[in-house]
Amino acid sequence: MIEKVQALWPEIALFVTTCIVMVIGLSSDRVIRKMCAPLCAAGLLVAGVLAYLTTPPTAGPLPHMAMFGKLLVAGVGLGLLLLMPGVVDREYEASLENAGATPAGNGKSLRAVFDAIRSTRAEFYSFFLFSLMGLMLCAGADDLIWLFLALELTSLPTYIMVAISTSRNRSMEAGVKYFFLGALGAAIFLYGFALIYGGTGSTNFAQIHAELARQATASGGSINAFALLGIIMAIIGVSFKIAAVPMHFYTADVYEGAASPVSAFLAFVPKAAGFFAILSLAACAGWNFSIDTDGASTLVAVGTRGSLPEALRVTLWVVAALTMTVGNVLAILQTSVKRILAYSSIAHSGYMLVGVIAGPGLDGSFAASGVAAVLFYLLCYGVMNIGGFAVLSCLERKSRDGTMEEADSIVDIRGLCHSRPVLGWVLVISSMGLLGLPPLLGFLGKVPLFSAGLSAGETVLVVILGVNSAIAAYYYLRIAYTALLEKPEQTPGLAAITEAPFPTRRLAGVLSAAGVVVMAIVGGRLAQLAHDAARIDAPSAVPVTSRPRSAPVASQTIPPATVPHGG
Amino acid sequence: MTLLALIIMPLLAGLLVAFMPKQNAKVIAVIGTILPIAWFGYVLSLYQWNMRAVDQLDFSVEWFPALGLKLELGADNISMLLVALTLLLGPICVFASFTAITERVKTYYAWLLILQAAMTGVFLARDVILFYTFFEFTLVPMYVLINLFGSTNRKAAATKFFLYTFTGSVLTLAGVIYVAWYNAQHISADHAWTFSFAELRYAAQQMPFSHQVWVFWALMAGFAVKVPLFPLHTWLPLAHTEAPTAGSVILAGVLLKLGTYGIYRFALGFTPDAAIFYAPTIAVLSIIGILYGGLICWVQTDVKKLVAYSSVSHLGFCVLGLFAFNTIGLTGSILYMINHGLSTGALFLMIGMVYERYHTRDMNKLSGLAAKMPVWATFMVFFTMASVGLPGLNGFISEFMCLMGTFQAGDEWVGRSTVGGAAGGNLGPWYAFFAGIGMIITAIYLLFMLGKVVWGKPAGESHDSHGHEAHSNDHHGSLPADLSVREIGILLPLAALCLLLGLYPKPLLRVLEAPTQEMRAVYGRANDRLNELFPARSAAAQESEVPSSSTPVAPAQDLTANIPTTDDHATEGLK
Repeated sequence: MIEKVQALWPEIALFVTTCIVMVIGLSSDRVIRKMCAPLCAAGLLVAGVLAYLTTPPTAGPLPHMAMFGKLLVAGVGLGLLLLMPGVVDREYEASLENAGATPAGNGKSLRAVFDAIRSTRAEFYSFFLFSLMGLMLCAGADDLIWLFLALELTSLPTYIMVAISTSRNRSMEAGVKYFFLGALGAAIFLYGFALIYGGTGSTNFAQIHAELARQATASGGSINAFALLGIIMAIIGVSFKIAAVPMHFYTADVYEGAASPVSAFLAFVPKAAGFFAILSLAACAGWNFSIDTDGASTLVAVGTRGSLPEALRVTLWVVAALTMTVGNVLAILQTSVKRILAYSSIAHSGYMLVGVIAGPGLDGSFAASGVAAVLFYLLCYGVMNIGGFAVLSCLERKSRDGTMEEADSIVDIRGLCHSRPVLGWVLVISSMGLLGLPPLLGFLGKVPLFSAGLSAGETVLVVILGVNSAIAAYYYLRIAYTALLEKPEQTPGLAAITEAPFPTRRLAGVLSAAGVVVMAIVGGRLAQLAHDAARIDAPSAVPVTSRPRSAPVASQTIPPATVPHGG
Repeated sequence: MTLLALIIMPLLAGLLVAFMPKQNAKVIAVIGTILPIAWFGYVLSLYQWNMRAVDQLDFSVEWFPALGLKLELGADNISMLLVALTLLLGPICVFASFTAITERVKTYYAWLLILQAAMTGVFLARDVILFYTFFEFTLVPMYVLINLFGSTNRKAAATKFFLYTFTGSVLTLAGVIYVAWYNAQHISADHAWTFSFAELRYAAQQMPFSHQVWVFWALMAGFAVKVPLFPLHTWLPLAHTEAPTAGSVILAGVLLKLGTYGIYRFALGFTPDAAIFYAPTIAVLSIIGILYGGLICWVQTDVKKLVAYSSVSHLGFCVLGLFAFNTIGLTGSILYMINHGLSTGALFLMIGMVYERYHTRDMNKLSGLAAKMPVWATFMVFFTMASVGLPGLNGFISEFMCLMGTFQAGDEWVGRSTVGGAAGGNLGPWYAFFAGIGMIITAIYLLFMLGKVVWGKPAGESHDSHGHEAHSNDHHGSLPADLSVREIGILLPLAALCLLLGLYPKPLLRVLEAPTQEMRAVYGRANDRLNELFPARSAAAQESEVPSSSTPVAPAQDLTANIPTTDDHATEGLK
């Protein structure tokens, strides 16, 4: 028990911060209330440092993913936090200030006016941290129950964050829609977890992995049908989190309904949680105990050519291909930049699934490892994604009822590079990054996906990935073109666009754009981190591995002519 | 570092333009394109032309070690020639834009300079991903130039240009990554991933035929769009016609060459077996392009569109020469890249000059310019003749060599070639015959255009065109009726080069000897491998008693032959 707690210092740090934030957010003193966001930042920083210093390898099949995942959460979480000021309580705080400014008011009466019931600041920031905490737990999960709780801890706060992110009805609608579909997804993957337990007799990843390996050895390659069905159902259920087909329907509506900062949060946090879960589940089911293609019931060495059980591979293959294509094609049809980004986030999930199918690779190199590619792409996507949404959360106009509403239509960003050069260029750079234009970050994120897919023999899927990158060019180019080359024009009948008075959002955008450029030049170290995180050591808890993982030995056993599937 | 400076200089100049006041833009642009030429003189002093096809002046820095990516630059004879062409067109494009571009000057010159840097980078890159980066990045500046500074239909043209090229090249990326994987998996001793040209070329040539086939088509997908090869050419006329003058010059002069250069380096260099096998298919597509492009030119009334379509036709010869796989065809084809860049670039400049004065490109309205613009007409006739392939000017020698190579390819490889023969086969007299018809068509449409534009009767139109002239003089008071000194200064170096390369192409032919002979040797071995793979094919070869290098080359020998530092291999595959 105590070891488990030792693995959780970052989460504990976040939890402590959350508790403090929950209380001080209700303070009637404005200065103290305003400390919520800085405290969150401090908490995330501490959690990041703790993650780097204390995270031990987990007992699961991907032992080193936890540390990378937690660092990723802390890093991208800080970026997302920069977007959050002003999401909730903006009008309420303004009204308080007005009350304070009236002649009758002074410091004392201002305090008296504050009504903790009407403020949602405390809830919002603590849910923000709760969700990130859940994401960290996902990264370190080594048990089905743990994974389920972690996934739900990630998701439940987001339902509420969506609902309270604006005062409009459509946010409420989005929150409810998101909640019901999320519950459906949770039910499906929970059912899957139950079947896995039925098929293997354990909820522990290491034991599931060992049991499935034993079954595969005993039966010449096939594993318990219930367990397989369970894993497939679990992955389909989790595909809700990553917004993959067939669970993608909510995406555009929910992202559109939520405030842009929250949409940015949704595009990254549940997606990362889903990928941590899918990687863990897939690692349990295959990869490091694949069966020789001639049907011989010998286990090949851990870390050699990893292939998932065929049914699982086909499922993931179809899901990946459909997800990319549906996301990209529907993105073309949108007129709202936010919806474009929402559909493109579906497509990006599809790209990453290619890495999941590819598995950890044959030769232990970064380029061949699909797991490393997924983890690295999560990082790249996390960075690029902030830029696009940061620009959207900076643009707003006064609506007819006097409140501020977001300006997210494609016509609203016309000539942004002229009217607001900083925001415009951030949008151009991040959309070109998301497109994967070399030499930007998105390109370097995509190359490992290509190389891992080809290494695993998934030539057709990689070609689909390539074609989809080209389809994506259409709408990303449209965003960049509209912002960079068109003349700024005001939409008749609507108020002029103003910039939201929250400089940290702009800062988040600038940091993201800088990251897209700079990380492309010096990102080698980060890729190395992802590579380390994807390492699969010979798990000591698993008794069935026939020989220890060693790249040269493993590769010598495979004559060049027999390996490639593709071609 | 010497080579890196060639890329950095225009790039820095471009950024400088963007951040400096508008008045300085032209000056910086001129310096940013002239300075690399001066530096190129220094590079030339270090470069040794008479060496074998070996990369010189290498420069290598780690970029992304996890993937084995490097910033790796190098130059061989072919790269040097194409860089020289790029550098030469740089200042010409800048000077040609002085009067044409009056709005958003900073944007224009900044992107023009960045484009210049990216194009130079393509020819110097020696890491495949770095090559791909430059190759793709040329799209962005070109997209902006067409989109902001083009004529009426510019938006559609720019978008089509971007999407077409991007789509094709993503497949190219998949192809090269596959080769890198194959290298890491089967060739490299320590399973290290690398994207270095030399190593990937060696690895790719070792791939089994079935792998080569798909890699070949994946590579061709990107480059065929860029060239453009027949069914993929539809972006070209639009983009060329709508682009501003300098954009068209760069498109025709350099960007299309990225496609043929890519074919030469990758499709031919990496996958020789598949390239031989599918040579007839590609050749048929090229010939369709030659004839179809030519026939479309014939019916154009828009002068610029005519020249644009003529590129489709001309580049067909270029590809045909490449796929002849003999030294004469390869040499001719590479020479053609340079010559087409000079003469077609010049034609676009000429049309731009007329357009600035008359604001029309319609042949019916422009007829009879010889009387009004004698100097212009002289240059026009000169460059058109160069483009037609008049002996004595540059177009002739390269076009002739391409056809010659195509004609001889049949004898040299497998005897008779069958059109679309199932067992492979190669080009031959029939291919040359049909391509030769294309030469006639070229002469017809270009002379037809000359007759109309230069000597046609200005009957009925005189009043109208006079009106245009007056109108234009109002707007461009600086432009005289005939060419200004600046414009003549732009055209003179091109004209001089056209004449020089036409009369005395020998130096170029000599520097192309080593690389083409090496390529020829690669193909000798590839042909042998194919003959082993398809016995019917080798039977056909023996029937016609071809003394090509029929001794199978052992893999070990192959290894040494392909490492570019070894010396005597180029002759190995030759008879």
